[in-house]
This record gives sequence, C-alpha cells and structure tokens, in this order.
Amino acid sequence: MLNVGRIQEGFVLDHIKAGQSLNIYHMLKLDKGESTVAMIMYVPSTKMGKKDILKVECSISDLNLDVLAFIDHTITVNVIKGEEIVAKKALILPEEITGIINCKNPRCITSIEQSLPHVFVLADKDAQVYRCKYCEEKYDRRS
Amino acid sequence: MSPLDFSVEELENLFDLANDIEVNQDKYQDACAGKILATCFYEPSTRTRLSFESAMLRMGGSVLGFSDAGSSSASKGESVSDTIRMISCYANICAMRHHKEGAPMVAAGKSSIPVINAGDGGHQHPTQTLTDLLTIRSLKGRLGNFTIGLCGDLKFGRTVHSLIHALERYAGIKFIFISPEELRVPDYITDSLKNKKIPFEEVIRLDDVISQLDFLYMTRVQKERFFNEEDYVRLKDFYILDKAKMSNAKADMLVLHPLPRVNEIAVDIDEDPRAAYFRQVQYGVYVRMALILTLLEYTGGIKC
Repeated sequence: MLNVGRIQEGFVLDHIKAGQSLNIYHMLKLDKGESTVAMIMYVPSTKMGKKDILKVECSISDLNLDVLAFIDHTITVNVIKGEEIVAKKALILPEEITGIINCKNPRCITSIEQSLPHVFVLADKDAQVYRCKYCEEKYDRRS
Repeated sequence: MSPLDFSVEELENLFDLANDIEVNQDKYQDACAGKILATCFYEPSTRTRLSFESAMLRMGGSVLGFSDAGSSSASKGESVSDTIRMISCYANICAMRHHKEGAPMVAAGKSSIPVINAGDGGHQHPTQTLTDLLTIRSLKGRLGNFTIGLCGDLKFGRTVHSLIHALERYAGIKFIFISPEELRVPDYITDSLKNKKIPFEEVIRLDDVISQLDFLYMTRVQKERFFNEEDYVRLKDFYILDKAKMSNAKADMLVLHPLPRVNEIAVDIDEDPRAAYFRQVQYGVYVRMALILTLLEYTGGIKC
C-alpha cells in the first residue's frame, strides 16, 4: 500500500469512482494552480471494490464544492485543518453551474456569442439532469 | 422567452386584453403612440415579422429593424449582446428572431428594454403558442376540457411541442397524436404526459380518430423527413385533410394550422366554417398587440 503523508489544511476526497480522479483534478482546475495534490488511483475498497482518493493541500475556502457535487455527489469530502478532519461535507447538487461544462449543441447561441459563459441549470434533481440555460439541451455526461 | 414564462392567470389577463382589442380596436389605435418596436430578424420570417409590425402600427406606434442577418451588423461579427445594447437606445421594445437557440434570452439579459422571443432556431416560438391558445380560447370559450388531435410532423415541429407543453397546465385535455412512426412526438414529451397523468393516444391514421376531436392541429409532413420514398408515398395521404375526412368530424370541430400550408389541407376546406386557420392569423396580431401593451405596461382600458 502506498503511503501519502498528512496535509496541514485542505481536503481529502474519498470514495471517488475508480479512474475518475484525473477528470476531477481538471474540473476543479487544480492543474491551473500550484496546490500540492496527491492522486491515488485504484485503491482497494471494501465498499466499492476499487476507488480513487484525491488529497489537496489548499485553503479550505478555495475549493468549489458545487462542481464536485455535479461530477459525483457520492464522493466523501473530508475537510482538514491542522492535520485533523474537522468536518465531513455533504454534497448537494448545485442549481446552476457556470463555466465548468460546455454546451455541445451547434445550434446554441453559446456556439457563436463571444465571452458568453456556458451556464447549466438543474432540470431534474432525481435523474441529475442539467440543461443549458439558453437552448435547454440536456448535458450528456458520456461526452 | 417561453410561453410558460407567464402564469395561467397572467395568460388569462393577456387573452382578456387581446379579446378587448378584438372588439374595441379604436380604443387602442393610439395606445403605443410615440413608442418604437424594433424587429431584429437574424433569419427571414416575413409572416411573423409582419404580424409584429402590424400589431405595433395598429396601436399608433412605429417600427424599425432588419429582416435578415446579412443586412445587420451580425454579418460584421457583432455579438447579440452588443446589438441589443444599441437597439435599447433606439427603441422601446424589441422582437427578436434568431437562428441560434437561446439568442433572445442572451439579449434579454443585456437589454434595458423588453425583448420578445419571435422564434429561436428549433427551440421556442412562444408568440405562435400564444396565438394558438388565444384562438382556442376565443373560438371555444375555454382552455381545457377538450380533445385535441395534433397531426403531421410531431417530431421536429417546435410549434407542436410548445403547444403541448402549454396545454399541459389546463384540466381535462386529451391529446391524440397522429403521425407516421418516423415522426412521433419525442419521448421526453410523452414521458412528461405520463408523469402528469394526462391522457394521450398515438395513432397513425387521421381517419381513425377524427370523429373524436374538438380541435385538429395540422402540420406539414415533409418528404425529406422520410427514410425512403416508398414510405412517403404510402403514408402521405393519411395526413392530408380533405372533404372526405372532414365529413367524419364533429360539426363544431375546429381546424388549426400554424401556416404556411402546402398541400396538407385541401384548398376546398377553406370554405368550411370549421377551418379556423385564417382566423388564427388574425388572433396572432391581437395577441402580439396585447403582449406589446403588457410589456410596455399599458394601463389604460382594461387592467392588465
């Protein structure tokens, strides 16, 4: 088993679906900053078989948890301060997501309008369906 | 932006106003004096544009605008956001038609004047739906408690989708969808009807159901929508309304059509008192007049 040291302040994202952590790394825009990140993939898990874990050393106000809920609301978020878990956060599906995912409908105004943010609105909470605010095209999570 | 932006009560007020305009046209002839409507049509739609312009001119207002993207600054690459900011300085209200879905919503977000969606790609065409609802209410005296047949291309027809969506809010409506297999109503619409326990039927032949209908909403079945010529030839006559089919319909059934029609309604039906599609065009002007007045917060005449 791989050993990764404790973090002073930040987040430990646990129970990520195996193989998904790289995707999350990009969506949280961690590649754009200089936070210390540990990505542990395909860890044996009694609950999930295999899982990924992501450790991020950053100020606890820095992470956009809304995005995380959109990606996978079953992820466990441990908030760390002073090397201790100070809170576990429940993820709630955000009503609106701005600038994270793009509308792929070629007939949508977002395909031509300059500097218009791509905004998605939660249309069906149970089915976790998001639709483009402008053209109402459903976001296809497979694409 | 969408017909559902108005609550049922707000729609009732809008239709009351439209009906008042219908019978008291003189009262409204100067209601928009000194006001300017901008018709920003990024794709040509003569019918809708003229209906808006007629609505404004009948109320003593003026109109300006463009009728295709080539004659506007869009051809130079100007964004919708910038165009509407400029239009806001020129006019008091704007009707926008755009080939891109959601463009009028973007405009409304940046505009300091009311923006009416006059059709955005295959997405919404709310003033057509308002026209359909006003026609139904005016000619039947109510919205609700009837059976409506929607016939033709139910897959790609945005007017049909909007109308179904808008009628879902009224009680006692049964839908009968009449179309070839290839052009059935999309699943998300039938799923929504099932969830709301709204009765509907899907059939292939108009002949089989025409006797049950209070309204028949016709749309055009286009040849290019079919996978092969053979199917088109086999099915096309099912969706053409002629005298023989009309003879099985109720005496007070009304035929609606968003127009333009090509051959899906035989010309000799025009003389039938049940043909309501040209009256529908007239209601289109009244409902646009009522909409412009409401959005400009006209408070004279009846309260709106």
